[in-house]
Amino acid sequence: MKHIFIALVCASFVSVNAYANTTQTTVIASTNATDQLSPALPNPESIPAKPSTSAAQFKQASKKTSSNPDISLILDGLYASKDGSNELPGFQLAGEAAESAEKGFSLGHTELAISSNIDDKFYGKMTAAIHEHDGETELEVEEAFVETTALGQGVTIRGGRMLTATSYHNSQHQHAWDFADAPLISKGLWGNSHIDDGLRVSWVAPTDTLVEVGTEALTGRAFPSGEKSDGLGAHTVFANVGGDLSESSSWQMGVSHFRTKPKNRSAASAHAHAHEEDEHEEDEHEEEAPASFSGKSHTTGVSAIYKWAPNGNYKNKHVKLQTEYMIRKEDGNVSHGDHSDLINGTQKGFYVQGVYQFQPNWRAGLRYDQVQSKFSGEDEAIEEAGLDNEGMTPKRYTASLEYVPSEFSRVRLQYNKDESSDESDDQVMLQYTMSLGPHGAHSF
Amino acid sequence: MSYIQSLLIAVLVSVSSWSAASSTLNVFACEAEWAALAHRIGGDKLTIYAATTAKQDAHHIQARPSLIAKARRADLLVCSGADLEVGWLPLLIKKSSNNKIKPNAIGHFMATEQVELLGKLDKVDRSMGDVHAMGNPHVHLEPKRLARIGSKLASRLGQIDPSNNALYANNARQFSAELSRAERKWQPLKQQLAGKRLVVHHDNWVYLTDWLGIKVVAHLEPKPGVPPSTKHLSSLTAKLAKTPANAIIYGSYQDPKAARWLAKKSQLPSIEIPFSVSNWKQPTALIHWMDDVLKRLARATKG
Repeated sequence: MKHIFIALVCASFVSVNAYANTTQTTVIASTNATDQLSPALPNPESIPAKPSTSAAQFKQASKKTSSNPDISLILDGLYASKDGSNELPGFQLAGEAAESAEKGFSLGHTELAISSNIDDKFYGKMTAAIHEHDGETELEVEEAFVETTALGQGVTIRGGRMLTATSYHNSQHQHAWDFADAPLISKGLWGNSHIDDGLRVSWVAPTDTLVEVGTEALTGRAFPSGEKSDGLGAHTVFANVGGDLSESSSWQMGVSHFRTKPKNRSAASAHAHAHEEDEHEEDEHEEEAPASFSGKSHTTGVSAIYKWAPNGNYKNKHVKLQTEYMIRKEDGNVSHGDHSDLINGTQKGFYVQGVYQFQPNWRAGLRYDQVQSKFSGEDEAIEEAGLDNEGMTPKRYTASLEYVPSEFSRVRLQYNKDESSDESDDQVMLQYTMSLGPHGAHSF
Repeated sequence: MSYIQSLLIAVLVSVSSWSAASSTLNVFACEAEWAALAHRIGGDKLTIYAATTAKQDAHHIQARPSLIAKARRADLLVCSGADLEVGWLPLLIKKSSNNKIKPNAIGHFMATEQVELLGKLDKVDRSMGDVHAMGNPHVHLEPKRLARIGSKLASRLGQIDPSNNALYANNARQFSAELSRAERKWQPLKQQLAGKRLVVHHDNWVYLTDWLGIKVVAHLEPKPGVPPSTKHLSSLTAKLAKTPANAIIYGSYQDPKAARWLAKKSQLPSIEIPFSVSNWKQPTALIHWMDDVLKRLARATKG
C-alpha cells in the first residue's frame, strides 16, 4: 500500500517535470538547426532575457519598466437616511459592522493603495483605509501583502495581511461591491469583511475549465476568532471552478471552509451598549467584564456567479447574477459575570442579487438578504453573548440605480427595506465612489 | 488493491494525455485578428484560442474563469498590447501563474511592440478619455504593419519551437506576398477612397485611414471611450452642415444607435465595419476581411 503510494507520487512527479521541460529540451537539442535555417536569428542564449532585437523595441521596453509603484486613491462619500439601529438579532457584530451607522452626510471608505512588482519574483500591495468614526479618524491597514509571481505551474503564494478567501463577497474590495452595504450574512458572520494575517497558497490546474484550489493559514486576529493566538488561529480551504456557457455568458462557483477556535471573543456590540449605559457608573462597570465566547467555530460557504452580455460585449450592456449561502456552527463556553455556560448553535443566511447594466452609463440592481441564528443553552448566556435572535429572521430588500460615467466613477442611489430588527426601516443612500490613478483590473 | 491499480492507471493516462496535448504549441490570442495571423503562420503546429471576437470591445473584457484556464496552459500570448488589454490581461497573467507568458518572457508577444505606432502622446490625463500614451493599439488595420507583425511572430514561434522554424518563416513570407498581391488588387479601391471624409464612432481606425488617405472629420464619442451624448451629437449635426462628410462608420462591437441617429439628422449613410475577422480558422481570413472593409467603405462613400 505504502509503496504503491510512493511509486504513484514519484511517477506523477517525474511526468510533471518532463512536461515542464519539454520546450526547454527542444530548444537546446535543436540549436544547430536554428543556426542553419536562419542565420539572422539571435543566439538562442540571449533569447530568454530579450526576445526583441531592434533598438526601438529596447527603448519601448525600457520605457515600460517604470520603477514607480502604482498609487491609487478611492474617494467615497455617502448620504444616508435611516433609523440608525444597527443590530442584527442573533449575531455578534464586529469590525466595521459594529460601528453605529452614520446618518446624513458622511465620508465613506477612503482607500489608498500602493502596488508594484517588487522584482521579477515578487509583487507587493498595501491598501490603507481611512475612515471616520465618532469624530475620530482611523487609519487601518486593510491589506499589506507580498505575492510570488515567478513560481509558475499555476502556483501562487501570498503572505501578509489580506482579504481572506472565506467568501466571494469577501474577495472584493468595498469599492467593488455592487451595493453600498455588505450582505447581511457578511455583516453577521464577518463584520462586513474578514481580514487576517497569514499565508495563502493557491494552485490553478492546467485544465480547460478553471479549477483553482487553495488554503490559508491565518493568525486568527479577526472576528470570529477572538483573541489573537500565538500560533495558527484559523485556517481556510477553498476551491473555485468556472467557465463559459456560450460566447455571451460565463459562470463561476466557489466553496470555502473556515475553521477557528475563538478564545475570549467578546460581543463587541453587546459590549458597546453596556458601555454607553454604564458610562455614569464607572465603578460598577469596571467590575463587570463583558461576556466572552471560547470554543470552536466552523463556517462553510458556497457561491455562484453568472454573467451575461450580448455577444460577450460587456461595455454597453450586461447582467451579473450573484448568490452566496453561508453557514456557521459554533460550540463552546460563554463566560459572563461569574458564570460560565455551554452553548451551541447555527448561524446561516444567503443573499441573491442581480445587477443589470441596461445602458453604457446606467446600472440597476436588486438584492434579497436573509439570515437566521439559533443557539441553544442557557438563555442568559446567549443573551449576554449577543447571540439572542429575539425570535427574528432578519430580512432585507434592496434596489439600486447607478450612474457610471466611466470605469473610474460611480454615483449610486440605493433603497433598503430593512427588516433585520423588529421595526422595518426604510433606508435611502446616495453614494459616490471615484477612483484616482492607475487602477488594477478587477477579478471576475 | 485493484482500485489503487486503476487509480495509478488513471493518473498515468491523464499525465500522458497531458503531455500529448503539449506537442503542439498552445497560443492564446487576445483578439481574433491575432488568432488568424497565428493560424496563417503556424497552421496545425499551433492550438489556438481566441479570447475575443470582432463583436467585443477588447478594452472591456472580463477576466473570466475560462480565460484564466486558457492562459494557464498557453505557451505563447499574441496580443495587441499598448494598454488595449490593460483591464484584464495583467490579471490573467498573474492569476494563471504561468511563467511562459509573463512580460519579457519569450511567450509574451505584443503586436504593438513590433511596429511603429501612430497617436503617441507625451502627456495623458484621464479627463482626455480613454487614450493610450503608448500610441493607438489597433495596428491590425494596415497591411504593411500586418506583414511585419507576421514575420516577427514567425521568428518568435521559431524561437519557441525551433524544429518548425523554417515552416513558420516560409508561411510568413507567403503571407506577406499575399498581402502585396492583395494591395495591388486594392489599388483602384484605394484611389477611390483617397481624400474621402468620414465620421467615426471611436478613434480606432487611424491605421486604416492613414493608409488609405481618408480624413476623419469628427468622432461620435465626445472623448475616446466616453459614450456619445445627445449634446455632442447635436453639435456634430451643426458641424457637418458646414464641413460635409461622406459617411459615418462604426465598428462591429460598437452600439449603432448614435451613428444611426446622426445619419438620419445629417442625411449621411452610416455603415458597420467589421473590426476583425469573423472566422479566424480560414487561412485567408485576414485578407478577406480587409477586402470586405475596403469594399464596404467604397460603397458607403460612393455618393
